[in-house]
Amino acid sequence: MLIENIKLCLTGLMANKIRTFLTMLGIIIGIAAMIAIMTVSDAMNKSVMSSMGSMGADKIEVFLTQKSYDDSTSREMKNSDYFNDRMFEELSNKFEGRITGIALSKSIGSSRVENGKLYANVDIRGLNPMALAGENLTILSGRSITEKDEEASAKVALVSDKYVQKIFQDDNASALGKEIEVLVDNKYYTYTIVGVYQYVDSGMTAGFSQEDISTIVYIPFSVAQMQVENGDLYDEFSVKASNGTDPASLSMEIQDYINTTFYQDNDAYESYSYSMKEQLKQMNAMLNTQKNAFMAIGAIALLVGGIGVMNIMIVSITERTREIGTRKALGATNNDIRIQFIIEAMMICLLGGMIGIIVGLSFGILATKVMGFQGSASVGGIVVCVLFSMAFGLFFGYYPANKAAKMNPIEALRYE
Amino acid sequence: MAETIMRARNIRKSFNIGTENELEILHGIDLDIHKGEFVSIVGTSGSGKSTFMNILGLLDRPTSGDYELNGIDVSSAADNELSHIRNKEIGFVFQTYNLIPRTSALKNVELPMLYARVPERERRERAEMLLELVGMKERMHHTPDELSGGQKQRVAIARSLVNHPSMILADEPTGALDSNTGRIVMDLFHRLHEENGITIVLITHSNELAEETERVITLRDGNIIGETVGKFSKNHDLRKH
Repeated sequence: MLIENIKLCLTGLMANKIRTFLTMLGIIIGIAAMIAIMTVSDAMNKSVMSSMGSMGADKIEVFLTQKSYDDSTSREMKNSDYFNDRMFEELSNKFEGRITGIALSKSIGSSRVENGKLYANVDIRGLNPMALAGENLTILSGRSITEKDEEASAKVALVSDKYVQKIFQDDNASALGKEIEVLVDNKYYTYTIVGVYQYVDSGMTAGFSQEDISTIVYIPFSVAQMQVENGDLYDEFSVKASNGTDPASLSMEIQDYINTTFYQDNDAYESYSYSMKEQLKQMNAMLNTQKNAFMAIGAIALLVGGIGVMNIMIVSITERTREIGTRKALGATNNDIRIQFIIEAMMICLLGGMIGIIVGLSFGILATKVMGFQGSASVGGIVVCVLFSMAFGLFFGYYPANKAAKMNPIEALRYE
Repeated sequence: MAETIMRARNIRKSFNIGTENELEILHGIDLDIHKGEFVSIVGTSGSGKSTFMNILGLLDRPTSGDYELNGIDVSSAADNELSHIRNKEIGFVFQTYNLIPRTSALKNVELPMLYARVPERERRERAEMLLELVGMKERMHHTPDELSGGQKQRVAIARSLVNHPSMILADEPTGALDSNTGRIVMDLFHRLHEENGITIVLITHSNELAEETERVITLRDGNIIGETVGKFSKNHDLRKH
């Protein structure tokens, strides 16, 4: 009986293609919007999470911050406000065994490197071995920066494969041994390329054109220290919690230690630290909130579509009053009639939902491609949408179907 | 005397009960119909003919009175039971055919069996057999739009027979047809009655058509005012005209 009803309903829907399609349109748009949003936001989440995750959940970042934003205590930073090597030494001793090292970096600045008509944007950063290890670089050609380079302050550099493509338009090996000259603050710096690493999209570059994305040039930390003013002062650093240490509580302890030991008497500045683990949690919560907001908009579109289905069902039932009367005369029970029309509404919603899923996935994947993420279908989302559209059919089909079921057969048969 | 298939006793029907406009349409009708009979109920409009037919066809309930169909007391049946009894015991033929639009003749004939939960293969076999009986097998895949009035009525007659009902209730079956096709439909009823022993109740306003049946029951103002023996009974020649 159920299969018969579905078959019967499909032939009916096929016989009235344009009306069926228009009825479905609301559902198609609603579901497509939901699926597209889910696909894009899942891709964004995944990308942001994996790039933040690759930095390591056991990483703790420590910054300098103003004690208050009150004008009375606010002032320019002095040299004595910065973190320095002495603090790092004491910190290392204090937390020995619980942290695996202190990662330091110095940024030289940003620059545009040109080679004839070719150009590439770069950021030049010096990283100490601990920080470099934290970058998890994949060396595609040549070698990485070594302890020896550090000690000797060798003017060597690692560039990204993207840089090689843009400047040399050749394979990675061709860049080895070549020089890279950058201009920062009216000073030229020259380094020799010793290695090429694989560029990984951080997921934070959405909206930038691929052409203009800036990639990092890594140089030894000791070189960077010499090339900037106050090379031994830092406004930030990071540490890695050793295995078995909870980064969140360690982060608190480090902040307390630094503030009580070194910033007790500082009138304006203190340290602030957070662990990547907490950061991930917050980020996750934020992305989910954003996704839910978008989903709510999609749900409204779907609701409008559902009301459209109900509207058409009511019209259809009025049109088919005679048919309903006939069916009742031939022995259909009220329930038979009700089920027939509920199935019809559900089929419209389900077919509309399926088309919507296909449309939404196409748009979603296209959009993620354009934004530079890896887009993939969210199976959970699809299942939810199919169930949702069936539930909609049931919900918006019930009232008209019930109206049909309760028709008086004599009046229905006489209906003109 | 053959077995009584339908027994109605003191059937009354009122409308707008309990209001100022209360109106009694049927004033206590007694009627027996026997197995294999071809009976006609005649009356002008306003005679209570349609109301009585709705009660006979279980589409409506009498205000009072007893109604027994094929041994089942239907006066006290619930809506759902009425649907099932209608489905099994009564075959409707309407003036306006009432075939389901955009659905093939075959599917139309299968419909009452669908509600009787008859398995698919049996449905198909029985529908084809009956379409053959009414001479519509060649056109069984056509939809009602593609059939003439007479052809539609023949499909409707096949549909009325599929669940082996106790009786066929034909409400002005030739009302929308020209005289030639009307003749074909009436001949079909005669053949089904004679050769297949089917019980037929013909509701009409035409005395001429009523005369063709075995028994003519005349309704006026909600009462049976006469019962005559029709010319038909043994007069086979009539069909040749």
